[in-house]
Order: sequence, then C-alpha cells, then structure tokens
Amino acid sequence: MSHGIVQLAYLIATVLFIFALHWMNTPATARNGVYAGVAAMTIAIVVTWAQPEVVHHGWIVVAILAGFVVGVPLSRVPLTAVPQRTALSHAFGGLAAGLVGTAKYYLWFSEGPENLTTFRMVAIIVEVVLGFLTFTGSLMAAGKLQEVKWIPQRPVTYPLQNVSNLALLGTALLAGVLLTMHPAAGWAPMVFPVIIVLALLFGVLLIIPIGGADMPTVIAILNSYAGLAAVAMGFVLDNKLLITAGALDGSSGLILAIIMCRAMNRSFTNVLFGAFGQTQQVKAGGDQKEYKSETIEGGAQVLEQSNLVVIVPGYGMAVAQAQHKVRELYDQLKKRGITVKFAIHPVAGRMPGHMNVLLAEADIPYTDLLEMDEINPEMPQADVALVVGANDVVNPAARTDRSSPIYGMPIIDADKARTVFAIKRSKNPGFAGIDNELYFSDRTWMLFGDAKNVVGELVKQLSGPGMH
Amino acid sequence: MTQTLDFWSMMFVFVLASFIGVGVIRRVSRLLHTPLMSITNAISAIAVVGSIIVTGADYPEGIRILGAIALFASMTNIVSGFLITDRMLKMFKSERKPADRK
Repeated sequence: MSHGIVQLAYLIATVLFIFALHWMNTPATARNGVYAGVAAMTIAIVVTWAQPEVVHHGWIVVAILAGFVVGVPLSRVPLTAVPQRTALSHAFGGLAAGLVGTAKYYLWFSEGPENLTTFRMVAIIVEVVLGFLTFTGSLMAAGKLQEVKWIPQRPVTYPLQNVSNLALLGTALLAGVLLTMHPAAGWAPMVFPVIIVLALLFGVLLIIPIGGADMPTVIAILNSYAGLAAVAMGFVLDNKLLITAGALDGSSGLILAIIMCRAMNRSFTNVLFGAFGQTQQVKAGGDQKEYKSETIEGGAQVLEQSNLVVIVPGYGMAVAQAQHKVRELYDQLKKRGITVKFAIHPVAGRMPGHMNVLLAEADIPYTDLLEMDEINPEMPQADVALVVGANDVVNPAARTDRSSPIYGMPIIDADKARTVFAIKRSKNPGFAGIDNELYFSDRTWMLFGDAKNVVGELVKQLSGPGMH
Repeated sequence: MTQTLDFWSMMFVFVLASFIGVGVIRRVSRLLHTPLMSITNAISAIAVVGSIIVTGADYPEGIRILGAIALFASMTNIVSGFLITDRMLKMFKSERKPADRK
C-alpha cells in the first residue's frame, strides 16, 4: 500500500475521531460517536496491518484475540466498578506506550547508533517515563477504587515525601538526559532499564498519598497522562494519527481534571501533593448536637404533599444499591403530579459523570438529572430535599466554616429547601471524613437506616392503600 | 535538516489537535463525562498502530514480544472502551418507555 493511501486513511481516521467526540455533546447523538470511533479504529488497524513491513502475522492475531478475550468481560463490569475499569484502562494505555518506546530504543540501538538522534531519544524518554508512571499509578488508583486489601485507602504520608518523590523523578530525567547525550554508549542499554524502574516506582509513590475523595480528579489526570504518552509515541514513530488521537485524549483528561478541581475548590498541586483526607479527624468538640429523626410514615406524608422534590444522590446510594428503589419513589411521586428532580454534584460519584450513569441505568430520564449550577437557584422553592447517601456535597460548612477542610467547595444548597430529609446509615462522617452541619439544622429530619430499605419503605407507604 | 522539519510539523499537529480537543470536549454534555472518559480510553488506544508494526515487522524476537504485549494492552482498551461506552449510552433516555407509565 502506498504511502499516500496510508496517510489518507489516517487522515480520515483523525476526522472520524474528532466527530466521535463532537457527537458526545448530547445524549441524542452520542451513540453515533461510538460508531465513528469504531470505524476510525478499524480503518487504522486494517491499513497498518496491510503495510509491507508487517510480515509476521501469527502474534498479531494472537494478541488481538487476547485483547477481545480480556476486553469483552471488562466492558461488562457493574457500573459502580466503571471507575476501576477506567483506571485499569489508563494502566494498559501507559503500558503499551512504555513497551513500544522500549522496543524502539533497543531496536534502533541494535541497528546502529545513527538511528538514535537527539530528537528520537527525547521523545522515547518522555514516552517511556510517562507510559510507565501512568501504568503503575493507574494500577494503584484502580486498586484503591476496588478497595484491594493491601493498598491503603487512606493517604499514606511520610516526612519529605514530596521532596523525595521529586528527587526520584529528577533522577529519572537526569538519566534520560545522560542517555540522550550518549545514546549509543556501551553502558546505555544498562541505564535504560534504570529509567523504567524509576518511572514505575514514581507512579506508585505519586498515588500513595492521595485519598479516596480525590480519586475522580486523579483518574482524570491519569487519563491526560495516558493521552500524552500516546502523543510521545507519535513523535517517536513519526505518526500524526497517534499525535492527534493522543492530544484529544490528553485535552479531555485535562478538562475533566479542571472541572473536578473546581468542584472541590482545590488546585492540581493541592490534589497531587496535599494528602487530603488525612487530618480531618479533629472533631469540633464542645456542645453536643442532636439529630432529629422522622418516621417513614411522617416522611411519606410530607413527600406526598410537596410540589417540588429534589433528590440529592451521593455515592452512598450506589453502595447501598438503592438506585432502583429511588426510581420507584420517583415513579410514585411523578404519578401524583409532583415534580421530581435530581441534583447532581460533579463529584457525587467516584469519577466525572459517574452519578448520571448510575441513575440512567436505573431508568431515570436524563432530562430530570440537573447539575449543581442548574438546580441551586431552584432549591428555595423545593418543598423537600431528599439526601440519599450524599454527605460532603451538601455540607453547609463549605460556605460558612473557614476552618473546614471543604471550605470554599461549591455545594448543592439542600439546606435552602423547606424541609430536608437525610437518609443515613450511621452517624459516621462521610467519605472525606468530615462532620456535616446540615444534619443538625432546624429543617432537617433524619431517616436512619440503609438507603435501600428506607427508600423502599417510603415507596411502600406511598403505594399503600392509606395514602391515596 | 529533514529531522527538524519533521519535529516542527509534528509539534504543529500536536498543538492544533490539543486546541481542537479542548474546543470539542468543553461542549460535551456533563451528563456524559463517564462515557466520554471510556471513549477517549478507546481512542487513545490508537497506540495499536505502533504496536502492530513492532509486533509484525522483521525485528528480533525480544522486541516483537514487547510489541505483542503492547498490542494486547491496546486491543483490550479498544474493545472494552467502545463496548462499555455504547453500553452506558444506551441507558440514557429522555423519556420513559410507555410501559413504565402507570
């Protein structure tokens, strides 16, 4: 196949990738995006495979089949496990980039030092360092999200942590510079693995101090790294399709990370080096505050007499598997002509947009899923705000308490509704480990119990004969 | 000389593609950020192109093994990325099915 045809095919694939992302701007056209993406990928694979320098086909077939064998089950994980799957896939992306970079280095080294130009060496080092640190970093993130036993959930910190991490990365880059200046020296093939090992180690150490609450941001940042590793591979292989596709991925990860940071009022550096979730156990002692609790019957009655009910879901809802019961409650209220809306905080789930997917799976129309900025102006008109498994995202301390670790974080104004019902399993603090003032407000009534049971009981009350 | 020309043309492609990426991604519905992430996973697995060459060309076996592992990793991302994106997108409905009403 001639060079021109290959380049034309890659150009078409690039355009299709851009359309794939463009069509994601509304759920109505989003599935076209998937088809465009699949078409682009198929074109790219077929054209590349048909190149004359590809002479061995056995391993390619085996690797592709193995990819299907592992990939298909990975696409069927429960939606609560999507963050882990995403992190795992960043790990695979990083691994692929790191390995191809390594292969290319040793290939060019064996073919003759004139191949190892400064430009190629810089690109290879960037590719390998980014690829391997993304690999182990994403594995760690996936492990934390999956709650694997031997990976600590809480941030792990030690003295001089940031300094020693940066020193490690600095050493890797220094070795890279050395290698770039003497790519064909006798010792060069020995230094290359050192860079790999340092990058692998750096990936682990980068994630260890980061707590569970920051995982959405971390996943987005790793997404960006995986994309940039692909870009670097494009520079190594002189392949513009890789550069464009990697750049699209890189910018996507970057934008999502910025959105997540804004939603938590944090900066990048604070997420990466701040060890959030470590020191919030300081309880605001002093006066003993009392929860007011409400019965299911009373709760159902108030709900039934409302005009506007806003449900504020948090990850606790998904942990309790309560989505489908929430849907039944939504149905019961809708049947009575009550307006029901969902208030979705950007960090309500464990990755960007996670809560929307969980609710869509429960068959709740996306037109009733509103993001924070859309719903907050309506909150004072809400008769009831029903908080299901959410905690920090409705904590008014974010607005008022300068000493709170979440101070400044934008929240859903659940406390402005006329009545607040908060379903809570226990009196423990939330994911980020912070006490919540909302629960002690005059308007708030607690419904203690497992979210699934409590919502189920509410549904039973509403559908029971006495309530019509 | 050609090498530096290559570098600069690649740099242009990278910078322009990043701007297109930012422009397009900013308009993606916030509802769909999770599917967005899984589809970009699949798209960045375009590294498959490099892996195929390394695996299939007439290179020493050790190098081709690295390529084959990379090819497997990329292919896993392509398959699982596109399938799970489609699976999630199918769940987003603007209205209830008639059967669900009353």
